[in-house]
Amino acid sequence: MSLQAELEHYRNVLIVRLRGELDHHTADVVRYKMEEALLRGSSDHVILSLKELQFMDSSGLGVILGRYKQVKSKGGKMVVCDVNPSVYRLFELSGLFKILTIHENERTAISSLEVVS
Amino acid sequence: MNGTNEMTLSFSARSENEAFARIAVAAFVSQLDPTLEELNDLKTAVSEAVTNAIIHGYESDSSCQVTIEARIEGDSVSIAVLDNGRGIEDLELARQPLYTSKPELERSGMGFTIMENFMDHFEVSSRVDGGTRVEMMKRIESKKALYN
Repeated sequence: MSLQAELEHYRNVLIVRLRGELDHHTADVVRYKMEEALLRGSSDHVILSLKELQFMDSSGLGVILGRYKQVKSKGGKMVVCDVNPSVYRLFELSGLFKILTIHENERTAISSLEVVS
Repeated sequence: MNGTNEMTLSFSARSENEAFARIAVAAFVSQLDPTLEELNDLKTAVSEAVTNAIIHGYESDSSCQVTIEARIEGDSVSIAVLDNGRGIEDLELARQPLYTSKPELERSGMGFTIMENFMDHFEVSSRVDGGTRVEMMKRIESKKALYN
């Protein structure tokens, strides 16, 4: 079981599409890929697109929180979209919705960030 | 189903085995015909317990073994996740939401909170240098109708 992370720079937004299972084993890949893209690229904001994320546990929450801090320290915003019910419950339980805005899909997420920047 | 049905699983404390462990338990429990949500709750709780055993119990020493004991009885599944690792010094503190002993690893500190919330019963016992045992139980609702 693995995880694929597809990263795309769109204007000043980094779109991260996660597919598969995000746990302690696969969290490192997400961490390094996103860290590097945020350091090298010119993106201010991040959209986490989770339509095809089939599984996530607290290790996933850890890596998302870590990137949130990274984005926020540079004055950017992080939003999530296409969240399935089980991932939604995890976000809710951990209070992540207090810091992350949720959107239905990538399109609405992008337009919410265009208002911001 | 009459009587109990049990299985025991031991594997190396490697992070690759986190997915194996939760899928194996899910396959075992599938005979109770759980809903997708119930199955996901179980998988998440097992993933948390196994990850804790690997990261905290064994500090990622892959020569060590994690053991899972699962038992189906009626409409319930009981799962124990055991390690012989370094144990937890302060259980009360460890169970606090958002507490982590390893913040440098980007741990969220939500593992125990998730296990408590996703399962119907949750208990943890631990001894310093004597290992940790997590015991959890969940009733599979979709089976309830048959037993009432």
